[in-house]
Amino acid sequence: MTAPVNLLKADRLTKSFRRGGLWGSDVSHKAVDDVTFALKEGETLAIVGESGSGKSTTARMAMRLLDADQGSVYLLGREITSATGRALRMLRKDIQMVFQDPFASLNPRMRIVETVGEGLRVHRPEMNRRQRREKVAETLALCGIADEALDRYPHQFSGGQRQRIGIARALIVEPKVLVLDEPVSALDVSVQAQILNLLKKIQKERNLSYLFISHDLSVVRHVADRVAVMFAGRLVEQGPVEEVFDAPRHPYTKMLLAARPIAHPDQRTDSSGNGGLDRESVADSGCAFRLRCAFARDDCAGFDASIESDESGHTYACLHPLDRS
Amino acid sequence: MTDHLADTDTTQSLAVRELSLCVPISGEHVEAVSGVSLTLKPGRVLGLVGESGCGKSLTAQAMLRLGEHQGVMRSGGDIFLDGKSLFSMHEEELRHVRGGAVAMVFQEPMTALNPVFSIGSQLTEVIRIHLDMNRVEASARAVKLLQDAGMQDAEAVMKQYPDALSGGMRQRVLIAMAMAADPAYIIADEPTTALDVSVQKRIIQLLRDLQRERNLGMLLVTHDFGLVAELADDVAVMYAGQIVESGDVRQIFNRPTHPYTRALMGCRPEVSEPGASLPVIAGQVPSPGSWPSGCHFARRCPLADNACLKPVAVDAWSDGAHQARCIHAEAKIPEFEAVA
Repeated sequence: MTAPVNLLKADRLTKSFRRGGLWGSDVSHKAVDDVTFALKEGETLAIVGESGSGKSTTARMAMRLLDADQGSVYLLGREITSATGRALRMLRKDIQMVFQDPFASLNPRMRIVETVGEGLRVHRPEMNRRQRREKVAETLALCGIADEALDRYPHQFSGGQRQRIGIARALIVEPKVLVLDEPVSALDVSVQAQILNLLKKIQKERNLSYLFISHDLSVVRHVADRVAVMFAGRLVEQGPVEEVFDAPRHPYTKMLLAARPIAHPDQRTDSSGNGGLDRESVADSGCAFRLRCAFARDDCAGFDASIESDESGHTYACLHPLDRS
Repeated sequence: MTDHLADTDTTQSLAVRELSLCVPISGEHVEAVSGVSLTLKPGRVLGLVGESGCGKSLTAQAMLRLGEHQGVMRSGGDIFLDGKSLFSMHEEELRHVRGGAVAMVFQEPMTALNPVFSIGSQLTEVIRIHLDMNRVEASARAVKLLQDAGMQDAEAVMKQYPDALSGGMRQRVLIAMAMAADPAYIIADEPTTALDVSVQKRIIQLLRDLQRERNLGMLLVTHDFGLVAELADDVAVMYAGQIVESGDVRQIFNRPTHPYTRALMGCRPEVSEPGASLPVIAGQVPSPGSWPSGCHFARRCPLADNACLKPVAVDAWSDGAHQARCIHAEAKIPEFEAVA
């Protein structure tokens, strides 16, 4: 058996944003710092992190919606970091995106048939109007939306239906990779379940690869094969989802996992004391997490964020990793 | 038997009785909350759970007589604060109730604070509305409240503007503000939804500590069973304007009984086998105005039959204080059980 191919590869991606400081000075802030990952055929790689961790910025660079300051992105083995114009449009046939907010990402003045069929005009110019309409109907049906929807407008649909339409729009050009940016965060629990089931089904049928951006660890545990954890712009841990969840090596991952909502009142713990402190600070040298880390030692201040790896491909950026338990 | 939702005694409680509310939808008043009864008691946390549009927030807002300027109208029932009807009160009296005996914490810590006033001035203002204090006394109380809300450097926070604070810090400020006049009851509407996971956990702990120390009666409005599992003593589940199930938190988690509750608990990714198909409820929530005349859940329920076309009482099924609005509550529904 041949090893699965890397469909999408991000190599040492870095991105800074400038924020206007006081008195006209510019403050540069590294949103993504030296991020490397690879997405294999048919797998789901989840990137998890809290707000400001850089996970969405990473997704946008992988999609070429945003240009990296440094580093490269490879799609199907081709370097796409410098693609422009027509080449850039063509590569979008292989990689498509689904956004969090199905309300904001659909043009309110376009009928569903136009919105969903838009990609076909670019990528399947040989299709006529009738063929496009058929293809849209077929793709919508795959996503659980009936024919009647074709000539309606986005406001006539519920949140869950709009997300199905958003998924159909991404699928219509038959991409190989879907970048899903918090695709179920805006949805009710019961609707979330429907969309997660749908994504699973489509992935199987079409052998799609998903780059799944989420802050929700329960959802990630459910959908992902591998998970990459981001903190303050860096990947702090990456590995098979069951390994990272059952035996995290990085203290930040452990903290995130411990903060997960409980599933039953019997799991309540009686920790209290004003609910602890909000130590939200990020160190600007050494390990970024060291100010909040219970395991930090002096040498963490000089840590160069190099990544360690164990035999199973589980990687982590920590000088004093937690034991494998 | 104590019926914690519709106890007939309304003294020493914030009690909603058979409340129905209408909302304006394209020029007409349409019922959005239908005959809801709830009782908040000192020292207890009641979790009001449901998905968007079920009427949980409308109910919560009505408990402060909010929402009326947006056209929400009471079409039946009443709400009693320690025995006195909120609907018999004048605007002046209501102003003292809001933030006085009954305080609130909302979801959006970003929009609930005024960006042009310092935290200190906003907090002291609230204190002085409700308590007879001069500026110095109010300021000292504000510092104390911020400390109680887990702010380490409360003096410095007093001088800051909302902009300079993180989401978690702002939510702490709002919680401090809610405690300003030593309320007996607190309405918390999705108090942690907008926050990061690690911050959520600490805000949950803070709410639990304050609630216990101050013996507060808390209404926790949420879509999140995880939050209910963390905080609630009692639970009421709402669907399409009605309470469909209620009981002690352990009763609800150990034996969810109404088909809707069973489905909702079963479709959480955290209780299912990774990668497995999640249980799904067919169809969509009916919007106000298109509710079925019988059981509101009937059209989506695998158990529904002709008997469900007639209205179902809130206690059609009961086991002690645990009630479900279902005439087939004992039946099995394999498709709604989590694949664990």
